[in-house]
Amino acid sequence: MANAALGSAVPDSNPPSSFRRSLGNPRTFGNAILSALAVALSVLAMFPLFSVLYMLLKKGAARLGPSLFTELTPGAGMSGGGISNAIVGTLVVVVVASCLSLPLGFMGAVYLAEYSGETRLATLVRFSAKVLTGLPSILAGVFAYATVVVTTGSFSALAGGAAMAILMVPTVMLTSEAALRAVPTKMKDAAFGMGATHAQTVLKIVIPTAVPGILTGVMLALARAMGETAPLLFTALFSDYMFDGKLGQPIASLSVLIYNFAGSPFPQQIELAWAASLVLVSIVLVLNVIAQIVIRRPEEHG
Amino acid sequence: MADSAIKAASDPEFSQAPRAPISRPPSAWQKGFDVAFRNGAHAFGLLVVLLLAGIVFEVMRHAKTAMADYGLGFLTRSVWDANRAQFGILAEIVGTLYTSLLALFVGGFLGITVALVLSQGFVPRRVELVMKNVIELLAAIPSVVYGLWGIFVLVPAVRGPAAWLNEHFGSLPFFSTRLSGPGIFPASLVLSIMILPTVTAISREALAAVPKRLLSAAYGLGATRWEVIFRVTLPTALGGIFGALVLGFGRALGETMALAMLVGNANVFGWSLFSPGNTLAALLANHFPEAGKVEVGALMYAAAVLMLITLTVNALGSFIMLRTTRELKGLG
Repeated sequence: MANAALGSAVPDSNPPSSFRRSLGNPRTFGNAILSALAVALSVLAMFPLFSVLYMLLKKGAARLGPSLFTELTPGAGMSGGGISNAIVGTLVVVVVASCLSLPLGFMGAVYLAEYSGETRLATLVRFSAKVLTGLPSILAGVFAYATVVVTTGSFSALAGGAAMAILMVPTVMLTSEAALRAVPTKMKDAAFGMGATHAQTVLKIVIPTAVPGILTGVMLALARAMGETAPLLFTALFSDYMFDGKLGQPIASLSVLIYNFAGSPFPQQIELAWAASLVLVSIVLVLNVIAQIVIRRPEEHG
Repeated sequence: MADSAIKAASDPEFSQAPRAPISRPPSAWQKGFDVAFRNGAHAFGLLVVLLLAGIVFEVMRHAKTAMADYGLGFLTRSVWDANRAQFGILAEIVGTLYTSLLALFVGGFLGITVALVLSQGFVPRRVELVMKNVIELLAAIPSVVYGLWGIFVLVPAVRGPAAWLNEHFGSLPFFSTRLSGPGIFPASLVLSIMILPTVTAISREALAAVPKRLLSAAYGLGATRWEVIFRVTLPTALGGIFGALVLGFGRALGETMALAMLVGNANVFGWSLFSPGNTLAALLANHFPEAGKVEVGALMYAAAVLMLITLTVNALGSFIMLRTTRELKGLG
C-alpha cells in the first residue's frame, strides 16, 4: 500500500521535473551522456539481428524458387539442385525427437506441478531439468552417439532424434510446469469437491486449462531443436538422398547442410547454404511468433 | 434465477423427480486409475533424473579407456594426431576459456547495458517491449546461421580494423598476428552476440526485482538517474547480475557450431586475438564425424572434460541465482 501511494506521488523512474536542470551542471551533463551511450549501445546490440536477416533475404532469396523445394542437394561442382531432402529430413528428425521428448517432458511436468510437493525427489528432478537446460548441445550428440550409434552400428535418423530429444525435454518440462502451476487452485478445489480423483482433476481440469502455456513451451522447444546442428553432426550425419521411410539410416537436415556447404569451395553450394538458412530461420521465427501469440492470448479463467 | 428456483421447489413435478446427484465418490476403477496415474507421474519424474545420470555415466564409461591410456598428460599437451595416437587438449581447454571470457567481456557488458535500458525507464514502455522481443529473437537464430553470417559478413568486416591494429599495436600480444580468415576474434564476437540475450534476460529480471521504494528514496534525495543506477540499483541487483554472467559464461563454454566454423581449428593457442585457435566443443564437432575407434576414445575424454567444466559453471550460476532470490525477498 505504502508503495503504491509513494509511486503515485513520485513517478518511479523520473526525477521531479519542477527542479531546474541544465546541461551546464556536470551531474546532469554526465547523466545525459551516459543515457545517450546506453541507448546507443542497445541499438548496437540489436544490429546483428538485422544484419543477419538482411543477408538472408539478400543472398538466400536469390535461390528461392520451386526447384529449391523439389530437388535433391547437388554434388560438388554440380549446378542446380535444391534442399528438399534436408527439409524433409529436418522434419523427420524433429518428429522423432518430439515422440521421444514430449511424453517425458510433459509427464515430468505433471509430476513436478501436481505430485512432487517439497520432497527430496522433487528437488532432484527440478535440479536435473535445470542442469539439462545448460547441457551443451554437442554433449547430447556425444550421448546419442555412445548409446544409439555404437549399439546399432550406424548413423541414423533415430540417433539424431534421440540427441535432439534430450535438448527438448527440459524446455518442454519447465515451461509446462509453470503453465500447470498457473491454474487457479479454486478450480482444482471445485473438482475435488465434486468427488473427482486427483487424476481426473489433472486430466479434465488442470491440463485443458494449461494448454496455451504448454503449447508455448512445445513451440519454443521445437524452434530450438530445428536449428540445432551439433547434436546431428555425428548422429544423423547427412544424406544426399530423400528420406525413404527407414529411420535406421543417415538422414539429411537443414542445419547440417548449412554447416557442410558453408565451408564449400563451390559458389553453387554456398548459395544453397544461404537459401537453407533463409528457410530454417523462417520456420524458427514463425514458431517463435506463434508461441508469442499463444502466450498473449487473454486469460479466460480468473 | 431465483424465480425458477422457487418454482422448482414448489412445483411437485420438479421436487419429486428422482435426480442423480452430480457429485459422487469415485468408483473402484477410478481410484485404481488415480493410483496408476500418480505412480506414472513419479516414474517420469525419476526418468528425467536417470536421463541426466545416464548422460554422465555413458560419457564417462566411453572415456574410461582413454583416461587410463593418456592419463592427466592428456590435459597438459597440445597435440592431435590420430595416426600416431597422440592426443592432448591443452590448447582446446585454454581456447575454450579464452574465447568464452572474451565473449563474456563484450556480451556481458552489452547485455547488462541493454538490461538497464529495458528496466530503468529509459524508453517508453512500448519501445521497451519491442526491444525486448528483438533481443529475444537474437537467441532464436540458429548458431549455424550465425556461423555462416560470421564467415561471409563478420570476418571480411573485421579484417580491415584487425590489420590496422596489428600494424600499429603489433607489439601487444593481443594484436601480434594478422587475421588471415577465421580466428579467435570473430569467433568471440559471434559468441558474445549469442550470450547477450541470456545475460540480458536474467539481469533484467534481477534489476526489475529491486524494490521500487529504494529507487524512489534515492530519487527523492535528488540523485540523477545514473547516480541511482550506480549506487542503488546495480549494487542491490549485483548477485542476480553476477549469476546472469556465470550462466552466460556457461552457455559460451558449450557453444559449438559458430566456433567450429569461425575459430580456425588450429591445435595451438596464442594470445593474439587474430590467430586461429580451437575449443573443446569445436574439436568434437570437427573430428567426431570421421573418427576411428582410437580417436573416438580420445574425443570421449575431451567430451568428459567439457561436461565437467560446463556442469560446474552452470551449477555455480544456478546456486548464485537461488541465493540472491532468497536475499532479495528480505528487502521487498
